[in-house]
Amino acid sequence: MDFTLSKEHEMARALFKEFAEKEVKPLAQEVDETETFPRETVEKMAKLGFLGIPVPKEYGGQGCDPLTYVMCVEELSKVCGTTGVIVSAHTSLCCDPILTYGTDEQKQKYLIPLAKGEKLGAFGLTEPGAGTDAQGQQTKAVLDGDEWVLNGSKCFITNGKEADVYVIFAITGTVEKRGRMQKEISAFIVEKGTPGFTFGTKEKKMGIRGSSTYELIFTDCRIPRENLLGQQGKGFNIAMHTLDGGRIGIAAQALGLAEGALETTIAYVKERKQFGRTIGAFQNTQFQLADMATKVEAAQLLVYKAAMKKAEYASNPKISYSVEAAKAKLYAAEVAMEVTTKAVQLHGGYGYIREYDVERMMRDAKITEIYEGTSEVQRMVISGALLK
Amino acid sequence: MKIVVCIKQVPDTKGGVKFNPDGTLDRGAMLTIMNPDDKAGLEAALRLKDQYGAEVTVVTMGLPKAEEVLREAMAMGADKGVLVTDRVLGGADTWATSTTLAGAIRNLEYDLIITGRQAIDGDTAQVGPQISEHLNIPVISYAQNIKIEGDSVIVERQYEDRYHVLKAKMPCLITALSELNEPRYMTPGGIFDAYKQEITVWGRADLKDVDDSNLGLKGSPTKIAKASDKVRKGAGEKVTLDPDESVSYIVDKLKVKHVI
Repeated sequence: MDFTLSKEHEMARALFKEFAEKEVKPLAQEVDETETFPRETVEKMAKLGFLGIPVPKEYGGQGCDPLTYVMCVEELSKVCGTTGVIVSAHTSLCCDPILTYGTDEQKQKYLIPLAKGEKLGAFGLTEPGAGTDAQGQQTKAVLDGDEWVLNGSKCFITNGKEADVYVIFAITGTVEKRGRMQKEISAFIVEKGTPGFTFGTKEKKMGIRGSSTYELIFTDCRIPRENLLGQQGKGFNIAMHTLDGGRIGIAAQALGLAEGALETTIAYVKERKQFGRTIGAFQNTQFQLADMATKVEAAQLLVYKAAMKKAEYASNPKISYSVEAAKAKLYAAEVAMEVTTKAVQLHGGYGYIREYDVERMMRDAKITEIYEGTSEVQRMVISGALLK
Repeated sequence: MKIVVCIKQVPDTKGGVKFNPDGTLDRGAMLTIMNPDDKAGLEAALRLKDQYGAEVTVVTMGLPKAEEVLREAMAMGADKGVLVTDRVLGGADTWATSTTLAGAIRNLEYDLIITGRQAIDGDTAQVGPQISEHLNIPVISYAQNIKIEGDSVIVERQYEDRYHVLKAKMPCLITALSELNEPRYMTPGGIFDAYKQEITVWGRADLKDVDDSNLGLKGSPTKIAKASDKVRKGAGEKVTLDPDESVSYIVDKLKVKHVI
């Protein structure tokens, strides 16, 4: 077992770090304060291929492995949680299902511009009554001639109004499963600008405030029949499989937030003086930092392991990375919350002030325990595999 | 068009500087970056490639670890990399370095050679012009803008209070300033591709038309009596503000530093 990153990965990390420091960090506070979607940064990332890192070159991507992608989200999130989730939602939740389940025509039409960053992607599964319980969906799709007609709404959609291409889930019928009637869910690709597809309210959030979180509304929204993604009725599996990948992206975001808070705190405790000494000279500070650093590294190993498992899946689709992804997200998210909270505490009163990055990082961290499967859902996935 | 760009791996001034007992830099022990002027030269070459089409070959002389800087250049878009490395070439001053690089470049086809004006570790600004002398081609130094016209190159050469517009027939050599442009980032895919490519490695035996007496520490007329790291001060920060804004800015800074 070798824990050393390859030279390629080291260089890729250096690239992401340089980009994050130069292009993302200077805007992070303003993006949060003004709840502004960092459109210019997204355009810069598109130009550099950051929006198609794990997508094969034949589909306009960079042809890199999931680990490279994870390091990108990690480094971006170290300085700006908003920027991290924009890349994660776009890549894991929109590019990935189209790559995995799309027809060649769909890949040509949607994946190539997405991977090149000419278009931005989003994913719509959650509804007001269907969060963890994805079966609680109400959005319906009915085939009418050569078109599917969508009616319903989706909420809390990341990249909501900024995206161009959406992977949307809807009920297409009912099926009998183990003697019970269940909703049949299917996945669709919907383009922005389709008549009948509108946006509801913009959510005002605790953290990741620059990410565009909107309600999507479908009112007799007609999309071409060929925009069904994967097989009819396989939507639930597509959603769950997509979220397995998405969880690795969010785990990377959580990891980045924790690392960013730790680095910021290390610098702070070396400067801040109380009782004639830097607070880093106090054993309480030292022990807190030791615990934070240990947990951050453990989280990193879990996140990287999940990414490596996903890479294995690329060559052997029989492999599942569901449990690895769940463990990585569960742990990294909880570490992010703990480390950012401790970072605020070590900053004292200054940590509670908006000017200080750790204040934002703590607010940004909370969502990682909730979206793309709450920590409770991750525990269900992990224990479910243990007790199978 | 074929462009050769000479690049150098130099100590990252953010890290510590370490010396060998003989006063030369201990390059193996330091954090390194691509020399900023060289990076601007590479960017200029890549822009010419984008605009006119060209094959860009990057050449570096250094320790085997200098391969990293070639990979970085290739991840930015250079087509080929040549590493000139050999124990007998170590400890070279500008004369021995330019002799070595010219000996390597004689093996390559080129219309244009671009070097950085100077490296941040030596600050001599001699290697580029010396290479042109060895190869007997014209040199235009301190380039701030480069255009191609037929078989000639038109360069704006920076001067203290003006710039000169110079035209030279190719092949010629240009030395570039870091102010010339904003070098592009690598791309993730470019990095992985760069590591898949072969790098040409040349030693002393591969250098063309050079004499041993002009190579390495022995062939270097410059003798370093003593070298030392400068006393490090804070980098400082420059801001331009109105008097009123300045006061509150300084007060804020002092508060952040807990001085007041």
